[in-house]
Amino acid sequence: MRFMQTVGAAALIAAMAAGAHAQELRIGLQDDADVLDTDQSRTFVGRIVYTALCDKLVDIDPDLNIVPQLATDWSWSDDETELTMTLREGVVFHDGTPFNADAVVANIDRSQNHPESRRKSEVASITGVEAVDEFTVRITLGEPDATLLAQLSDRAGMMISPTAAEEMGADFGSAPVCSGPFRFVERVQQDRIALERFEDYWNADEIHLEAVTFLPIPDTTVRLANLRAGDLDMIERLAATDLASAQNDANLTVVDITGLGYQGITMNVGNGPLSEEPFGQDAPLRQALSLSIDRNALNQVVFEGAFTPGNQPVPPGTTYYDERFPVPERDVEAARALLAEAGYADGIELTVQVANNPVQTQVMEVVQAMAAEAGINISIRATEFATLLQQQTAGEFQGSQVGWSGRTDVDGNIHQFVTCEGGINDSGFCDPRVDELLDRARTSNDPAVRKEAYDASREILNEELPIIYLYHPSWIWAMNANVEGFEAYPDGMIRLEGVRFND
Amino acid sequence: MLAFIGRRLLIAIPTVFIISVFVFLLQKLLPGDPVLALAGEDRDPATLEALREMYHLNEPLIVQYFYWIGAVLQGDLGMSLRTNQPVTSLILEKLPVTFQLAVMALIFAVGIGVPMGILSAVYKGSWLDYIANFVALSGLSIPNFWLGILLILLVSVNLGWLPASGYRPFTVDPVRSIETMLMPAFVLGTALAATLMRHTRSAMLTVLKSDYVRTARAKGLRERVVIMKHALRNALVPVVTVSALLFGELLAGAVLTEQIFTIPGFGKLVVDAVFNRDYAVVQGIVLVTSVGFILMNLLADTAYMILNPRMRDQK
Repeated sequence: MRFMQTVGAAALIAAMAAGAHAQELRIGLQDDADVLDTDQSRTFVGRIVYTALCDKLVDIDPDLNIVPQLATDWSWSDDETELTMTLREGVVFHDGTPFNADAVVANIDRSQNHPESRRKSEVASITGVEAVDEFTVRITLGEPDATLLAQLSDRAGMMISPTAAEEMGADFGSAPVCSGPFRFVERVQQDRIALERFEDYWNADEIHLEAVTFLPIPDTTVRLANLRAGDLDMIERLAATDLASAQNDANLTVVDITGLGYQGITMNVGNGPLSEEPFGQDAPLRQALSLSIDRNALNQVVFEGAFTPGNQPVPPGTTYYDERFPVPERDVEAARALLAEAGYADGIELTVQVANNPVQTQVMEVVQAMAAEAGINISIRATEFATLLQQQTAGEFQGSQVGWSGRTDVDGNIHQFVTCEGGINDSGFCDPRVDELLDRARTSNDPAVRKEAYDASREILNEELPIIYLYHPSWIWAMNANVEGFEAYPDGMIRLEGVRFND
Repeated sequence: MLAFIGRRLLIAIPTVFIISVFVFLLQKLLPGDPVLALAGEDRDPATLEALREMYHLNEPLIVQYFYWIGAVLQGDLGMSLRTNQPVTSLILEKLPVTFQLAVMALIFAVGIGVPMGILSAVYKGSWLDYIANFVALSGLSIPNFWLGILLILLVSVNLGWLPASGYRPFTVDPVRSIETMLMPAFVLGTALAATLMRHTRSAMLTVLKSDYVRTARAKGLRERVVIMKHALRNALVPVVTVSALLFGELLAGAVLTEQIFTIPGFGKLVVDAVFNRDYAVVQGIVLVTSVGFILMNLLADTAYMILNPRMRDQK
């Protein structure tokens, strides 16, 4: 009997040990995250880590609808300046602090007023927050803000423990305390961020993993090799050129979805002296450049067809894509005619800067070859990324091949780039009509009103082309075939609800 | 003796000062605005301004320099602009990792380079010599990053013998630590083995022609004893010096190797810091490395004096 007990116990322990090992999901990220403080954070990979670590007031579904997370219900006042949210009951932060309306007030206050907060512009429309009762919170706005819920579905809506925030101050990022499915264990710079299952999570039934570890591995080839060698269970941003080989590998599962972002060429039309060049002054020249590009061929050549050709700030087929302006067919004759009309029948020179990595350089080389056939001779200036950004802000460019990772609400993909005072308007484009339309679109919660305003702005922007959109990258994840339950979202985040090992 | 060390230390002060100015200015010469790299995608002007303010980037260069050097003199290398961690603790955390890599690589380099050098000297002009030279030249010519990726594909993906990443500190998990370091140390070691092999070979050739080796042979000693006991000892003196010098090269080579094998060491820290324009980290690392080099030189000079009495009278 004693013997049988010992054997049984040993078997049990062995089984548990094996199980515990198998239940740790190791995810390879493209970069290392920056400081792990939701209010100070700036990087994309940081957001991936938060998705496991922190819950938000609301979330999105794969179709970008806003769905409940920590807030179970919400309603707008008639004039759309008051948002009343009902909060989920029985939620606790990782340090045991209960989640309630006071916690929401403290969090929004921190996003707005913490001296090192990077969320200030995202919550700028909020003029007041009050706890109506323990589980009801009312947010007051200066004027209607269509983007608010989308902001609250990202870092601005992530709830951190007010107790921990108070105690740790600006140091919060060294040991973040949230209320998400996993709690923080340790972080070694440029090596690993380790999280473990939070037993008191409100949605614990959906969490099947014991631990999750994020490992930054910048090189895409090495990241894939690590996955194939079994040192990782999942990787994000598989290179498009590796897609086919990964799909043919029976040991791997590949999931992809068109992202929210875009890549394009930002043209300098009003940012300093270089905008005085012909391409900055004559819209028809920019139209000619756009017409000379075969966006489908570009996608086939550089990305083996894995991405989505595009010509607007949002991908074709989404709500705010203007169907009246489909992705243009290449038309070299029309491009030549436009050049001739503008007085450049013999061809014209253009300098475009591009980030000095192989993929983006190849994109520009393909564009260069296509444009040359229409008489536009592009000189490519490969530039290290930090320098590229500086030259772009300073207006030291004619054209700049650059992109945007995309935002849940369409406003984040367009307003700050083409409005006169826009924070990232490197193009220097300024048209009061566009400002008026885009302001109207961001201050209405009525999709019909917004659609009409965006479509009207598209008529002007498609003519002026301050940004020539080229394509929309897809998010591509690869994982071991025994990982199941992963669902792709267009925001590129990794949501771990339902993810499990099938051993 | 003490006077010598004291004098050298005094000379080191202006050297370190000049290096600190140099490091600081080099950073500022780099194109690219650090606050743009810091602000991330949403680089709205208010954020940029606040960041400039916070890190004194609006002040004149000379004022910025004194902010930095003032703190350094108090033992504070500043905070990483990117992760808000103290630079001093970042460096202390990464240094042992790279040191482990360098030591293991040196073992590979010596283990491969010296025996090959001996063989090719002893069998000069034979096929063994040609093979050794070929291998040495290949080691020098094959880029680290290429050999590294090929090794990962062969050893980790196809054979599954060694993990491709997942380094653990030696103190936490020694077996795993050495497993993950084997390939990077080999990659780094092969390049240096080539240099060592060439030096060993030429030193051996010189020694083998000398009178005392001829005498040893004339005495009727067995060839193995002549080579291993009499010739090699003397030939190794310059090789040991070269090995010590190679240590600096190892640190430089670690930069690339650590990137490929994702080893969280010094090299990876400095590369990431440069691309993120994390001024505080880059300045801290270069300053610490320079001071380390000055100290190493001083140590070498002192050791020389101890070993070689003839140098003691020199001022």
